[in-house]
Amino acid sequence: MSDSKDLLRAPFELAYNYKRSNGPVMSKFFDALGEQKILGTKSSTGKVFSPAAEFDPDTHESLNDMVEVGPGGSVESFSWIEAPQNHHLIKEPFAFALIKLDGADSSMLHMIADCNEADLSIGTRVTAAWSETTTKRITDIKFFTLEK
Amino acid sequence: MSAEDTPKDYSESPINLEYFYTAGSATTRFLNQVKEGNIVGQGCPKCKAVYVPPRGSCPRCGVATDIEVPLTDKGCIESFTVVHIPIPGNPIVPPYVCAMIRLDGANISFLHLIQDVDIENIRIGMRIQAVWKPKEEWTHSLENIKWFAPIDEPDVDVATLRFQES
Repeated sequence: MSDSKDLLRAPFELAYNYKRSNGPVMSKFFDALGEQKILGTKSSTGKVFSPAAEFDPDTHESLNDMVEVGPGGSVESFSWIEAPQNHHLIKEPFAFALIKLDGADSSMLHMIADCNEADLSIGTRVTAAWSETTTKRITDIKFFTLEK
Repeated sequence: MSAEDTPKDYSESPINLEYFYTAGSATTRFLNQVKEGNIVGQGCPKCKAVYVPPRGSCPRCGVATDIEVPLTDKGCIESFTVVHIPIPGNPIVPPYVCAMIRLDGANISFLHLIQDVDIENIRIGMRIQAVWKPKEEWTHSLENIKWFAPIDEPDVDVATLRFQES
């Protein structure tokens, strides 16, 4: 084995754009984000999924009953990112977290920022902070912050 | 679906991945030669199979391929595809030919482009040779070879391309 310093090393970038069709249910979810509202879908058993689910994983029924949830919620679990890298949207230390929004029975993966690691624990109350410009994407929620 | 249900339903989903590729010692040896315009395969000390591009070990014998085997830039077409459909972002204008190239003396093939060819006439076993970029453009990449082009030599017997137990 040669010295690793003699090995060739080169940066690569793999990037492409594509358009995805959101479908009738997710379109409503993303359209609502553009109006700073978070929707979920409600099943016949009363369970609410947010982000909206197109099918109930238990009953397998298709879902289209939209209900508003959040913008507050509680932390179900989190992972603290002390040193964000280039591809992260937030450049200061932040957390990826599963957030169960008020009124929902499932949790949403998003980011929590503007806080310290010590501020977070399972059950911590957070609320959505919205982006200045909306693009009808999940990033319309800029991140979640501690509920005041 | 009614018009009501077909809103501006599409959203842009950009994908971006930045990473470093670290060539192992075998690929580093190979690419250092490619930069000089040489194609050097690596041979298995046990079964004598020659691999180009080399990956450092013989998958049949599980031993390091530490024998350097200089090869020419001539070989034949082992298999090919004529591409008629343009791929967004690809500067090559269809129809063009992608082929698995088997260099003389090698036991495996690699993917490259075939140009300067009559597409009607292309076939397995056809003799080809590398067309190199100008020397001052050479880097650590097989892209130093612009493409392979047919040469006026008799076809290779297809049977010789089949897997040979040695």
